[in-house]
Amino acid sequence: MTIKKKPTGPALITLQNVEKHYGDYHALRGINLEIGTGEFFSLLGPSGCGKTTLLRTIAGFEDYDSGYVLISGRDMRGVPANKRPTNMVFQSYAIFPHLTVLQNVAFGLRKSPMSKAEKTKAAEDALEMVGLKGYGHRAAHALSGGQRQRVALARALVLKPKVLLLDEPLSALDRKMREQMQVELIKLQREVGITFILVTHDQEEALVMSDRIAVMFEGEIVQCDDPEVLYRRPKSKRVADFIGVMNFLPATVSEENGTYIASVAGLGEAEITEGQCPAGVPLGEATVGFRPETLTILYEGQTATHREAPAKVEEVVYYGDMTYYDVRFEGVEKPVRISMRNIFGRDVLDVGASARVSWSPGALVVFGADQ
Amino acid sequence: MKSLKTYAILYLIFLYAPIFLLPLFAFNSSTVIAFPLTSFTTEWFTTLLTLTEMHGALLNSLKIALTSAVLATILGIFAAMAATRYTFPGQKGIMGFIMLPLVLPEIIVAVSLLIVILRMGFNTGAWSVIAGHTLICTPFAIAILQSAFASLDPSLEEAAYDLGETPASTFRLVTLPLVMPGIISALLISFTISMDEFIIAFFLTGAEPTLPVYLFSMMRFPKLLPAVMALGTILVVLSVLLIVIAEFFRRRGAKRAGLKDTGGFL
Repeated sequence: MTIKKKPTGPALITLQNVEKHYGDYHALRGINLEIGTGEFFSLLGPSGCGKTTLLRTIAGFEDYDSGYVLISGRDMRGVPANKRPTNMVFQSYAIFPHLTVLQNVAFGLRKSPMSKAEKTKAAEDALEMVGLKGYGHRAAHALSGGQRQRVALARALVLKPKVLLLDEPLSALDRKMREQMQVELIKLQREVGITFILVTHDQEEALVMSDRIAVMFEGEIVQCDDPEVLYRRPKSKRVADFIGVMNFLPATVSEENGTYIASVAGLGEAEITEGQCPAGVPLGEATVGFRPETLTILYEGQTATHREAPAKVEEVVYYGDMTYYDVRFEGVEKPVRISMRNIFGRDVLDVGASARVSWSPGALVVFGADQ
Repeated sequence: MKSLKTYAILYLIFLYAPIFLLPLFAFNSSTVIAFPLTSFTTEWFTTLLTLTEMHGALLNSLKIALTSAVLATILGIFAAMAATRYTFPGQKGIMGFIMLPLVLPEIIVAVSLLIVILRMGFNTGAWSVIAGHTLICTPFAIAILQSAFASLDPSLEEAAYDLGETPASTFRLVTLPLVMPGIISALLISFTISMDEFIIAFFLTGAEPTLPVYLFSMMRFPKLLPAVMALGTILVVLSVLLIVIAEFFRRRGAKRAGLKDTGGFL
């Protein structure tokens, strides 16, 4: 789903050991981050994880107890929001309801030395960029959700900030509109080349849009990687569970002559590499994770490309293009989810049917018992 | 169902019939306030024009109402901002305490103010009525303005600040225009309350009576009673007009800010 990574410039924003407390509540725990010029960066986490606080700290709306926030190498401590080279798109869009669309977009240009005609031109160009050409004279309060979103973007981008901060910008839109805006935002970001920092709780949105994603839990960044690595090699079971669907099976890991062998319940033994253990090789008790799409149910006459294990179908969820099967391997307590693309002419299996499941040792991710 | 309907109608008659009697007798040619009506006249309104003392009282009332309304609204803005934009220890208690004059018997307020003023060695006058009226109008202004400030999305102010404005210019360019309907509404309601208020004015007015106090003193002259009715008619019409205008602004403000109507005084 990810549109291919593009090279990003040197670090534009650097956060070093940023700490913040609200009374007894530890909102940000030792945040270290480097965000590059022109990067589309996402802060992803469940609500209350501190992602919005972190964004507002970069914007200058929140103070922090200790640590450093640098933008272009400049320490931002004591620099208020109105003096920072950042602009924000608010969750509620914060469109000024008493102004027209054009006045909203030109709002930030009030103090600029440009002439009035130049300001109008700049605002109109920004509106055109977000696909609202000719909307300038409409009343802002009469716009739809998607249009407000675009006005908010134009209003922030017209100032040519170094960083655009987006606080859950798509959460108020319906699904269709959201998917459309995701693609538009990616295009827009490439066009303007400005660093975007997006806050979202929607893992799919983060995967689709970002060059890199920082996953936050309880005020802490637990993993920061590009979407593919994050999806394939999550560093903990919690991250794995938060991003997409991950099946877990108990296993034991042992070492023989420098190679690691994982003995997985229901699947059997498999050789694994260090690369499959993102948080280090856990010898002894371990948990093995694998994505639903890495398993395939074999049909009659098909042979496994890698390994094969027998299982029983317990649940079938038909989605049209896809079918989700919950199958149970022999000697395993919990069922495992498999997602299969439906192929015309091939019947969906029934509940209770026996199935041969093909699996690949290379697709496994191995976690320690406490990871 | 039917009995409820009858009840509602009777209730409305009970509420409004006395007020409808005002214009009825204001346009009736007899000096005696009694049925049957005699004939239509506008004579009593002309009489009003000749009562110079009343003109003084009216002017006095307008002055007092205008000043009290402005003072109450300014105080109301501060209080409403404190209540909605900040949190501080004891906030709820303090806000409740500020709203207390809303339920305090006016006679108590009037007597205590009178005692305090006289004890301090001052004379009563227009200024003491203004002080009393500001006291009773402020809670109304706060109630209206608090809902205006509360319905203002704080991220609007943050957005303006983020776009390079200072806190002062943010207030001028964003906050003030958006709460303006609330401010106008608070001004008009405070003005109306002060204009109609009798008890505090009666105690604290000194040598120059306000219109309601003057009206009360006119009651002693039966000859002038129809003129009082005429004056009352004018006051009722003006009061209703002001309240309607105030509500109009409040609703327009709510609509502009894209909010659901949360009710007001009407």
